[in-house]
Amino acid sequence: MILAADPLLVDGIDLTVVLIVLLKAGVAFALLLVAVMLVIWFERKLISDMQNRIGPALAGPWGILQTLADGIKLFFKEDLLPTRADRVVFRLAPYLSIIPAFVAFAIVPVGGDFSDGGDGTVSMFGRSTFLQVADPPVGVLFFLALSAVAVYGVMLAGWSSGSKYPLLGSVRASAQMISYEAALGLAIATVFLSSGSLSTHDIVVGQSATTWNVLATGIVPFGIFLIAGTAELNRPPFDLVEAEQELVGGFHTEYSSIRFALFFLSEFMNMITMSAIAVTLFLGGPAGPIVTQRVAWVWPLFWFFLKVMAFLFTFVWLRATLPRFRYDQLMDLGWKVLIPAALGWFLLIATLDVAADLGWPTIPVVIVGVLVLWGGASLLSGAVRKAQAERLEEADRGADETAGSASGLGEA
Amino acid sequence: MSTPAIFAAVTGFDPLTGGEFLVAQNIAFAIMAITMLVSAVRMVTTGNVVHAALYLVIVLAGAAGIFILLGAEFVGVTQVLVYIGAIVVLFLFGIMLTKGSFGADDGVGGERRGIAAMVGALVLAVMAAALLDTFRDAELSRAEPSLTADVADLIFSRYIVPFEAISVLLLAALIGAIVVARGD
Repeated sequence: MILAADPLLVDGIDLTVVLIVLLKAGVAFALLLVAVMLVIWFERKLISDMQNRIGPALAGPWGILQTLADGIKLFFKEDLLPTRADRVVFRLAPYLSIIPAFVAFAIVPVGGDFSDGGDGTVSMFGRSTFLQVADPPVGVLFFLALSAVAVYGVMLAGWSSGSKYPLLGSVRASAQMISYEAALGLAIATVFLSSGSLSTHDIVVGQSATTWNVLATGIVPFGIFLIAGTAELNRPPFDLVEAEQELVGGFHTEYSSIRFALFFLSEFMNMITMSAIAVTLFLGGPAGPIVTQRVAWVWPLFWFFLKVMAFLFTFVWLRATLPRFRYDQLMDLGWKVLIPAALGWFLLIATLDVAADLGWPTIPVVIVGVLVLWGGASLLSGAVRKAQAERLEEADRGADETAGSASGLGEA
Repeated sequence: MSTPAIFAAVTGFDPLTGGEFLVAQNIAFAIMAITMLVSAVRMVTTGNVVHAALYLVIVLAGAAGIFILLGAEFVGVTQVLVYIGAIVVLFLFGIMLTKGSFGADDGVGGERRGIAAMVGALVLAVMAAALLDTFRDAELSRAEPSLTADVADLIFSRYIVPFEAISVLLLAALIGAIVVARGD
């Protein structure tokens, strides 16, 4: 019922179907783990290059086994449990962090031929199916729901540690993640408008039929998605969650051994998932030219891999380049810039859709739409400026009063 | 709440679907319903506010699961997105910002337990009466899962006035909260 969009599950379920589904889930799980291992190495190596260092070089060729070595080391370290920790929640939190990261990847189509109006089905053991673990009709909402659940891991880890810095880190983290989730959701909503579906598979099919959503939605939602996604991942320049100068290690300060490794894994797994979702929503997923007919099934996988790598590179590049935001700047950017911009752009695209439906002339509609948006933006920025000026004035007056009373005391 | 499921499991006859007996659905429903009941009871008896919020999460997740079991995926996922992902997170956020209590019991509950139980019983009675009154003879249609597009069409055509009224109400609540918090 839930997965009915996949041709594999349409006519009855027998043992082969069950085995294929299990195989897909198993392969996705294993591939994700290996990918995480390689991405951690990739980030360390790339950031070393950008900082004129060598980076991991001893474990395996080019240090490629470094993550494995680190993992084994962490696994054998002592697992500390703070005295004031809430035992059950402390143990539960890493899993709440890592499970959504795994499950969210299930809705990403990683392969299948979408060129020339292809619908992306591949044949597997004589059955035709999609190259994704699941294709729920509410696909992208499912992703948003899981990223909402992922907040719990961070939040409860900080709270259950029973110590100050983790608590402050987790309060920061949850506020940041909730704030940017709104912008993320609004940016994705524009994609729904242009694709007319919530299912990731349908979104990819729609993009191969016309043009990639990054152009169809006019680039702005893509930019908002990238910024909000980086903040949602707690990656630099939005890594206030673990600002070591202020918070020691943030929410996972008290974690050690394998539990710490789980947080570390889920962070990088989220990075991969976010890149894959961005590729699916805006860059046509695995769509791309089929260059040779001999091994045609490899090409979609190759294009998907290439696009995801571009995003991963960008995330590492951002980390090497940009300094960390201050907390008030972070909140200003999220609430006063990204959310209004995403909402305004959503309204503009919806207006254009309606205009196309009703056969209104395009150019006047665009001009009026942009004028209305500009009016709204200037109203908003005026309100923000006025509030800021008032607050400054109030602060000044407050300072004057305390200064006055202090001098009065001095005279008496 | 799980009486129909138990009844169906015992007798092999499900009154909700007019005789057809759905084994897997009934077992899933029974598991979710029992989990929800136990968590709901634990939620009001536990002494730790954060634990209570976590038990509430389990209850809400169970409700989402039951929606999905009924084929209402959109409602189920929205339940997770809104209730678990936003509302309870804000509860936890509030608890951490105001008390920041670590681990130990906060000594919640006690003095007003009787009144709370009375209010709970009253709400239960009202809801039970309303549900029985509306769905007494209704047969559960299990023809098709409800599609997101259908839900959207209904919201923006037949139920447009209640929908807009709720939006305005939420906006008013939001502005009210800001006014109260600023105190001027």
